[in-house]
Amino acid sequence: MAKFEKAKSVHEWLDQRLAINTLQRVLSTEYWIPKDINFLWAMGLVLAVTFGLLLISGIFLLMYYKPDVATAFDSVNYTIMTEVGYGWLWRHIHGVAASVVFLIIYIHMFTGIYYGSYKKGREMIWISGMLLFVTFSAEAFSGYMLPWGQMSYWAGMVITNLFSGGSLEAYGLVEWIRGDYVPGDAFLTRFFMLHVFLLPLVIIGLIVFHFGTLRIPHVNNQEGEEIDFDEAAKLYKEGKKKESKVIPFNPVFLSKDVFVLGIYFVLFFYLVFFHFEFAMDPVNFDTADGLKTPPHIYPEWYFLWSYEILRPFSKDIGLIAFGIAQVALFFLPFIDRSPNVAPAHKRGLFKIWFWVFIVDMIILTILGKLPPQGIFNDLGLVAAIVFLLLGPALVVVTLKEKKL
Amino acid sequence: MKKNEHDRRNLMGLALGGFTALGGLGALYAVKRTWDPLPSVKAAGFTTIDLSGAEENVLNIEKWRGKPIFVLKKSKDMKPDDRDVIVGSDRFHISIGLCTHLGCIPAYISDEKKFKCACHGGEFDSSGHQTFGPPPSPLEIPPFKVNGTTLVLGEEGSEFLKMKAAGIIA
Amino acid sequence: MREFKILGIVVFFTLVTYWGVEPFAHSQMHKHVEGHEFVYDGTADIEETVDAKKEMKKAYWADVAKIATLKGDATSGEAVYAMCMGCHMEGAVNMGGVTPPSLEHTGALYDKNYLIALIKDPAVAMNTDHKFADTMMHPMGSIKTMVTEPQQIADVVAYLLTKKAGEVTPKEAYAEACGRCHEMRYAKWTQLGKTPFFKEKKDELAHQIKVLDEQAAVKGYMGKLPPDLSMIIRARSEHFLETFVENPQSQLAGTSMPRVGLSKEGYEKVTAYLTMIGDPSKPAREAIGPWVILFFVVFAVLAYLWKKETWREVH
Repeated sequence: MAKFEKAKSVHEWLDQRLAINTLQRVLSTEYWIPKDINFLWAMGLVLAVTFGLLLISGIFLLMYYKPDVATAFDSVNYTIMTEVGYGWLWRHIHGVAASVVFLIIYIHMFTGIYYGSYKKGREMIWISGMLLFVTFSAEAFSGYMLPWGQMSYWAGMVITNLFSGGSLEAYGLVEWIRGDYVPGDAFLTRFFMLHVFLLPLVIIGLIVFHFGTLRIPHVNNQEGEEIDFDEAAKLYKEGKKKESKVIPFNPVFLSKDVFVLGIYFVLFFYLVFFHFEFAMDPVNFDTADGLKTPPHIYPEWYFLWSYEILRPFSKDIGLIAFGIAQVALFFLPFIDRSPNVAPAHKRGLFKIWFWVFIVDMIILTILGKLPPQGIFNDLGLVAAIVFLLLGPALVVVTLKEKKL
Repeated sequence: MKKNEHDRRNLMGLALGGFTALGGLGALYAVKRTWDPLPSVKAAGFTTIDLSGAEENVLNIEKWRGKPIFVLKKSKDMKPDDRDVIVGSDRFHISIGLCTHLGCIPAYISDEKKFKCACHGGEFDSSGHQTFGPPPSPLEIPPFKVNGTTLVLGEEGSEFLKMKAAGIIA
Repeated sequence: MREFKILGIVVFFTLVTYWGVEPFAHSQMHKHVEGHEFVYDGTADIEETVDAKKEMKKAYWADVAKIATLKGDATSGEAVYAMCMGCHMEGAVNMGGVTPPSLEHTGALYDKNYLIALIKDPAVAMNTDHKFADTMMHPMGSIKTMVTEPQQIADVVAYLLTKKAGEVTPKEAYAEACGRCHEMRYAKWTQLGKTPFFKEKKDELAHQIKVLDEQAAVKGYMGKLPPDLSMIIRARSEHFLETFVENPQSQLAGTSMPRVGLSKEGYEKVTAYLTMIGDPSKPAREAIGPWVILFFVVFAVLAYLWKKETWREVH
């Protein structure tokens, strides 16, 4: 039994038992962030808060949702949207946040790539972030099944069919995933389980892991400068706050984050109340019908780039290209052979590579939703090939890069 | 000067915190509304019972708001009571069929003209008064309204309000 | 200033992506159909007809325009209307696949030109004449031999427009214009009207069988059972619904859905009902939305002031 003094206050009592003073210092008031940052550094908090919104709105939807092919559609569109007090608000928040969260994820990822924040000690930050991206994708897809509209059904059909592996014709695997010959009741209930239990659990674990990976290498800064955090922190604590290159997470970094969050919320709630069609596709307000494919089916916008890599090729090659695209980004820290941690505009050819990458991703995204015909097909093929070549190109570009 | 600056900073932080809490209250209101019973549940809270076909001394159990409702047409030899619902020339005993002790459903024994609860042996007479065992109070009367020969449960009609005014219903 | 430049770049790429996956993609996916403000003069019908019927339709719509200029007399129209009541009556039952509609609010719901065209030749007015080639007769086809004189048509239309034009609720508009073919389960509406509450399971099932029989009849007439319209207001764009109702063939060539000939006011009543049932949170969204947004504007301003104070000593 450890020795405990009689506490003089509740605060002290808790501190004796939980070390709350130390926790607060380590996690907040003496968690050091570089001072030389811009608003893009707030995307982490924006993501965390958006995930919080998804979690909270999801809880209320879960209270009334019924995972059964006969009642799922009506439980969402009738019970939640018309009967439940503010049910529509939770659904709109959930739907819009599910879409917007990917916009922020992409901005967050491209920020990391632009500033070289995945290199030299920061590899695990990138890899844990990619794991989060993949889990979020699975979470988004499984959630998309739940309203059991036409898009849910046909997305479920098409995506699960991908697992047949092209010419391998592994339809046994596809049926195993679905628990049925077509997406049916078993499919809906298992994806419901994934969406509300297993995947959120994994996501929460990964978020904690992602935060943990930041601890030792610290957050990057706008110039990729190597900072002696101990020395800078010492300076700050001595009161030389202007000279120090770091700021504490709380309240300095946080105050800026919260301001960015405020701006983000204005936009977010505008979308929730007045401009939600982009996230809540009208086609999905038609009840699932296994005997009628809608004239146009397409994934949600954030999957379009990888969908477009699949489309222009023949069945097997398309599937291989698609597979490469899914995992390629994981290896970014190792494909980039340059010794420099610096923003792209200081890295010569890498700068060009970066913007080609962004533009190609956007072109793939746009083409992914267009009907696969005529000129769009040809453009799609070129954009997909460019995407696949960007990997080897990065090796060449970064090997040639001079040390700064 | 230094202290002033610090105060102002705290003030701004507090203002932001307070304002956020205000928004939080609004969100809590939405949460409260989400937990409310649904309109369809509330609408189903009104049940109409047709009394015209009722037979004397035969207990009819109806369902209202998920609970059993006792409907018993009294025979002439049963003692009239203030708690009786009078429809035309007939007297009815209407009550929520849950023992006031711990909520079991008492059975009606027509030979003895009384209700007997199997759980702890509580008994009620044909007017719903407790006559034996642990029940602390008579069987509860649900809000009702007499409408010709039908009874609407869930609505407080004049007869119900009269009973309430007379202190028969708590 | 650098931050604004970065913000500009982020916003630019976001907007390009949005433009590509939303307005641009949808413009490529759906064929563009021009609306015609609920004016029924047959322009679209004549344009889309390529076979020998083209001349017939030209002459037909020219006749309609001519009759529209005649001055109708509502009093003589009432006598003609007596003929209509043989089928269009209270408690009408299914005739040839569909229940004849109540004409109680005809004048308030439908367009004058369309009514004239309908009495002249129902199949052509509805733009479903492809369905009634030779063997099959339009359920209302007999009207062609019952009311033949242009003046008669003008009179009965005048009667409908003056005497049958009372105030109409959105629900009545839906019931009369759509509800005999289209179920709406969120409003407990079937082809037989509002489903009453049944205490006995037996009565409920008996009613369901009647509904199924009616649906079978409608299905036989239409080729397939017309869809439930509970969520249609959110499942289709405003523009699609409007142009589809004006002329179903324009959006779905070959469909057996008839043109119903709603006037602009009539269409607004119908969509008001579709919104009430399919998107009831719309008024709440519009009422609460601005306040929530204002809240976050103030939140952002306060956060900015806090940030400014906090950063004063580190810059």
